[in-house]
Amino acid sequence: MAKSKRRQQIEALILAPLNWLEERSGLVGAVKYFLFRKVPRETNWFHTLGSATLTAFVVQLVTGVILAMYYKPSPDEAYASIQNITNELTLGWLVRGMHRWGASVFIILLFLHMGRVFLFGAYKYPRELNWLIGVILMTMALGEGLTGYLLPWDQTAYWATVVAININANAPIVGPFLGDFLRGGTEIGENTLSIFYSLHMLVIPGGLIGLITLHLYLVIRLGVTPPPWTAAAAGYEESDGRPARIGLVEPRPRGNGAMGRPPRERTGA
Amino acid sequence: MADDLEPERHGAEPQHPSPTIWPFAFAGGIALLLVGIVVSMPAAVIGAAIAVVFGFLWIREATREVRVAPPEPEPEPVSELAVEEGDEPSEPDRYPRSVFLEGATLGLGALIGGIVTLPALGFMVLPAFVGQEYEPVDIGPLENFPENSYVTATFVYKKGEGRLGRRTAFIRNNGLVNEVPSMTIISSRCVHMGCPTQPQGPPGGEPTEIRTSSGPVSLQMVQASGFGCPCHGGAYDAEGNRTAGPPVRALDRYEYSIRNGSLILGTPFSVGEVEGEGAKARIKAYRLADPGQHVDGIEQIFYPYVP
Repeated sequence: MAKSKRRQQIEALILAPLNWLEERSGLVGAVKYFLFRKVPRETNWFHTLGSATLTAFVVQLVTGVILAMYYKPSPDEAYASIQNITNELTLGWLVRGMHRWGASVFIILLFLHMGRVFLFGAYKYPRELNWLIGVILMTMALGEGLTGYLLPWDQTAYWATVVAININANAPIVGPFLGDFLRGGTEIGENTLSIFYSLHMLVIPGGLIGLITLHLYLVIRLGVTPPPWTAAAAGYEESDGRPARIGLVEPRPRGNGAMGRPPRERTGA
Repeated sequence: MADDLEPERHGAEPQHPSPTIWPFAFAGGIALLLVGIVVSMPAAVIGAAIAVVFGFLWIREATREVRVAPPEPEPEPVSELAVEEGDEPSEPDRYPRSVFLEGATLGLGALIGGIVTLPALGFMVLPAFVGQEYEPVDIGPLENFPENSYVTATFVYKKGEGRLGRRTAFIRNNGLVNEVPSMTIISSRCVHMGCPTQPQGPPGGEPTEIRTSSGPVSLQMVQASGFGCPCHGGAYDAEGNRTAGPPVRALDRYEYSIRNGSLILGTPFSVGEVEGEGAKARIKAYRLADPGQHVDGIEQIFYPYVP
């Protein structure tokens, strides 16, 4: 029994600070609610693509913050500082490589996640709003790619940005204004680099973090969509004699519905 | 818990619009509109009309249940109350203190927020649009430009920006017209997407570096039969007219003047088309536009002038 007693002591040691925290903030319960919520029985690996995208984004955040400590966003120093990070600073090559390749991983995972949501019909009622937020997140992620591409400040970066800004400037009506804003004037100059730097590491990431929070909130509120080949998705569990809707996922939140809850009564009207 | 989270419903069935064909027709109208803008204006107008009509039908279809759903509003009890009570101000008409305080708090908050935000927004946006003038650039003595041959000149257009502030122009001396030298000065910026065009032809002689009042200028003679862009294959003839590829107009040009025997570049301007050659060319000039933007034709309505 000594072991058991010791175990109790250890448990008490771990639980005591958690209980202290829980009593004063409710944070432990909140984290539990977030992590241990119910999901449909038939979830599979495709459902992890969203978390994978989030992980890739967090990697970009962390490596980006570290890179910003050594990068110098001025036309005279930008290229040299990138060379310094890559060739001189200890492990600089690794962190820059993670940020550079991680950017592609982020976009690829984002589109796979988008494809999963589309093919599973997870954008339908009541989750339309989350799809819309996701589309905004996608454009912002692509904006990160566009603005980050200039920062190495080599010939590829410079001319690619010249072309990218001019493409923006060709949008009807708003284009000329957008182009001048991105360039910081009528011609590309030293302000262009710092504008892109600010957009890349302050403006767009801030928006991304805010919208990702909203995105996750809606996922938690509305629950996870079961795959379309499951009985729950086909609406069989609620059969009341009428044919299942063909091509339409039964439109109700599935957080609990797919967990074997008894069928809901349909009131006549 | 989950039951609390379910969205509100009007009945057992959620409000679903019935399947409808209108979105497809609407999308077709939009597609015709976009294609029409490029290909032919009448088609665009028809496309817009289709989109408007079917968009209206779609919205009507989609909102039918919502529009029918609200029950008849009850006859206004307030008016009856008012009638009964005569001239006495009725209870709901009073303007409570709490509403005033609420409005005052929100209003003051908005005011303070605006005072803080607007200057910041202005500073973010306005510098790109205010004071964007082109300084004249001294390119050096006229003797450096022999008649009827192009010279590639790279010069400092904006000081203090290092290599970023350098621009390139192709300069040709067309000889004297009425005792005044006539110059063709073409900007190297491709009017497709802004890459640097290159002269098509062999260079002549060694490049020379000179210093003028505007800083260093490098000059290189070139036998240019035209200009080409490495990025997307835009090609231009020796007058800057488009001959192939994606550009939508002729290459931009610079105004110029001659001061004390030196060539001075002025403001750049955009060119729709050049008729004729050299000193006799008729140039259709427009205000400087970004690459890719139409300066003439119907498409110019999409690109308003930006100060």
